Amino acid sequence: MTGFATLFRKELVRFWKVAFQTILAPVVTALLYLLIFSHVLEENVRVYEGVRYTQFLVPGLVMMSVLQNAFANSSSSLIQSKVTGNIVFVLLAPLSHLEFFGAYVAGAMVRGLVVGSGVLAVTLPFVGVHFAHPLWIVAFALAGSAILGALGVVAGIWADKFDQLAAFQNFVIVPFTFLAGVFYSIHSLPPFWQAASHANPFFYMIDGFRYGFYGRSDIDPAASLAVVGVFLVALSALALALLRAGYKLRT
Amino acid sequence: MTAAISVSGVAKRFGDVQALEGIDLEVRAGEFFALLGPNGAGKTTLISILAGLARADRGAARVLGHDVVADYRRARRLLGVVPQELVFDPFFTVRETLRFQSGYFGIAANDAWIDELMANLDLTAKADANMRSLSGGMKRRVLVAQALVHRPPVIILDEPTAGVDVELRQGLWRFMRRLNAEGHTIVLTTHYLEEAESLCSRVAMLKAGRIVALDATERLLARFHELALAVRVSGAPVPPALGARARGGADGRLTFRLAGYDEVEPILAGLRGAGCRIEAIELAEPDLEDVFVRIMSGARPEAAQ
Repeated sequence: MTGFATLFRKELVRFWKVAFQTILAPVVTALLYLLIFSHVLEENVRVYEGVRYTQFLVPGLVMMSVLQNAFANSSSSLIQSKVTGNIVFVLLAPLSHLEFFGAYVAGAMVRGLVVGSGVLAVTLPFVGVHFAHPLWIVAFALAGSAILGALGVVAGIWADKFDQLAAFQNFVIVPFTFLAGVFYSIHSLPPFWQAASHANPFFYMIDGFRYGFYGRSDIDPAASLAVVGVFLVALSALALALLRAGYKLRT
Repeated sequence: MTAAISVSGVAKRFGDVQALEGIDLEVRAGEFFALLGPNGAGKTTLISILAGLARADRGAARVLGHDVVADYRRARRLLGVVPQELVFDPFFTVRETLRFQSGYFGIAANDAWIDELMANLDLTAKADANMRSLSGGMKRRVLVAQALVHRPPVIILDEPTAGVDVELRQGLWRFMRRLNAEGHTIVLTTHYLEEAESLCSRVAMLKAGRIVALDATERLLARFHELALAVRVSGAPVPPALGARARGGADGRLTFRLAGYDEVEPILAGLRGAGCRIEAIELAEPDLEDVFVRIMSGARPEAAQ
């Protein structure tokens, strides 16, 4: 247990030492989105009856920040350790693949949740956010950050160079989160793109998360949580299999 | 008594390169052991397999009886490895680095030993300095401290003195001698063969993934028990009887291989008797470097007798 706890703590200290870049910067980015989109769309877009566009947008931005920062934490920690070679210190230690996985994912979850909470905290004074079902909020935040933490472990193991990881981030993570209904309800989309959105796992995370705030969602939150749960189990299984085999870590 | 390190039939291939082919090796508990060989001989691969950083294609490796794959937790707890590459985590200070490493090995409160390690490796003044700010030699000391933070009974140092100054080298070996005297098994690889000769009681030499020599250091030296007498002469031709025994150089330099010191005088007398003037004399005794060079160039130690 000490081994896991130490690696987890190391992951926390790592991003905390550069909190300006790992926490403050993403919070500011999310606020810029909020400022611009709400300015442009507030009067023109009404997604749910009785919910203003800015109110609709906040949970989406919070969840997007949670997801992107959870991914960024585990993936960048691993690629940095691999490129600089200091991953050897962890590999020499008697840590199991489960401890390794758990520590990186837990560290990623904390970073994602801290940034998400930060975005939420600074928007609260300006936007009338409701908390209709707090437990759903917590459940989707935990599951979403865990999924992206696990995906970050997979990507960090797979990538050999920083630019491969940047490509993964720019061509997978960002489009999938942007197209998951952060800025709109998928009901406003043409039928084909509605169907396509249902194939995007990020959609269920954001839709279910938003349900926790306003009690409205495009699909049943229990169904969303089930989809998210399956995705989490599948990704964790993949990450654990890679770690157990020592893929790209142990030659 | 269980061997500190036991390797049997270990083979490892990287793509087209057969890094190790069928290594059998046993290092006894308490030994100070050298693993020598040119670059690419497979030393680091063997160490990586013992440390769990690489997996053998065939064969088994054990640390104090614990298989490095099946029982990796205990094997890794018993082993401290100083890696060859000068790696560090730029996020942390020296003390943080050592505390984390200690925690990875399951030791939560270890500050007394960490302080002692830093004192022994002259790191105390740098305890709260960021790793990035340290010189190469200081970073190397931290690597050594990291390898020892969990008090492993078996310590492997992969070229710990490559590119470090004399002071650190001497300090490091003094510390290793002390640990060895306290019962730790120490295995090192080095390109400074005089280090291996003065420190290690046994030596294995690797070449192209095979062990080509494995013996007590003094026996290895004795197998190539040979003196070499080099003389430079002028003034008269060397008598044919002596010339046939010697390897000649263009500048009048002759090298005689001798079985003992008592052959020196007759050779010099023979040269003087023929009217040669002796300009220079050099008597070379065998050292590990000669043995190394001769073994690596393919000579069988036994055949040299």
